[in-house]
Amino acid sequence: MLKQYETVFIATPVLSEVQIKEAVKKFRDFITDNQGEIVYEEDWGLRKLAYPIQKKTTGFYHLIEFKADPSLIAKLEIQYRRDERIIRFLTFAMDKHSIAYAEKKRANKAETKN
Amino acid sequence: MSSQNNEIRYLNPPTVEVKKKKYCRFKKAGIKYVDYKDAEFLKRFLNEQGKILPRRLTGTSLKFQKKVSQAVKRARHLALLPYVTDLLK
Repeated sequence: MLKQYETVFIATPVLSEVQIKEAVKKFRDFITDNQGEIVYEEDWGLRKLAYPIQKKTTGFYHLIEFKADPSLIAKLEIQYRRDERIIRFLTFAMDKHSIAYAEKKRANKAETKN
Repeated sequence: MSSQNNEIRYLNPPTVEVKKKKYCRFKKAGIKYVDYKDAEFLKRFLNEQGKILPRRLTGTSLKFQKKVSQAVKRARHLALLPYVTDLLK
C-alpha cells in the first residue's frame, strides 16, 4: 500500500548549479523509477545552517513529498548515505494530520501566488 | 481592644499572584500537527539557549508537548534550529 512520505535533504554549497539540479534529479528519478509518485516538490535554495555541518555554514535545502512503498525508504536512505554531495537528510512518514496540514499550506501558498 | 481587631497594616498591599489559568494553545487554536520545518513557530517553545521550554511554563498538554519536542529535535537535525546558542533568538 502506498504510504505518504516527506523527505528533506541538504546538499553541500560547493556544488555548482548544474550539479545541484543533477543531484535532485537523481533522487527524483530514483523515486519515480521504483513505483513512487511525487506529490509535491519544493526547493528552498541556499540557506544558512544553524550550526556548521562538515565545516560548511550554508547548504542547498530540497523537499520532496511523495507516495511510495515502505520498502523503498530503506533503499532511498542508502542512496543518500552513499552520495557524498548530500550532507544531511531526513525522511518522515506523514499521518493524516500532517497530510492535511501540507495540503492546506499548499492551498494558501497557491492563493498568495496568483 | 480596638488595636486587636484592626489588621496589621502593610506599607504597600502584598501583591498576591493571581493564578493565570494556563491553557494549551494547541487545543484552543485547534492545531493538530506541529510542523518541524517552520522554525519561526518552534522558536516560541525554546528559551534563549535554544532549549525546549517545560510544560509548566508553556502550559501545553502532554500530547502536544511531545509533538513539539519531536518537531524541535527534527528541526535541529536539519540545522533549522541550533542545538545550543547563547544569542537571543
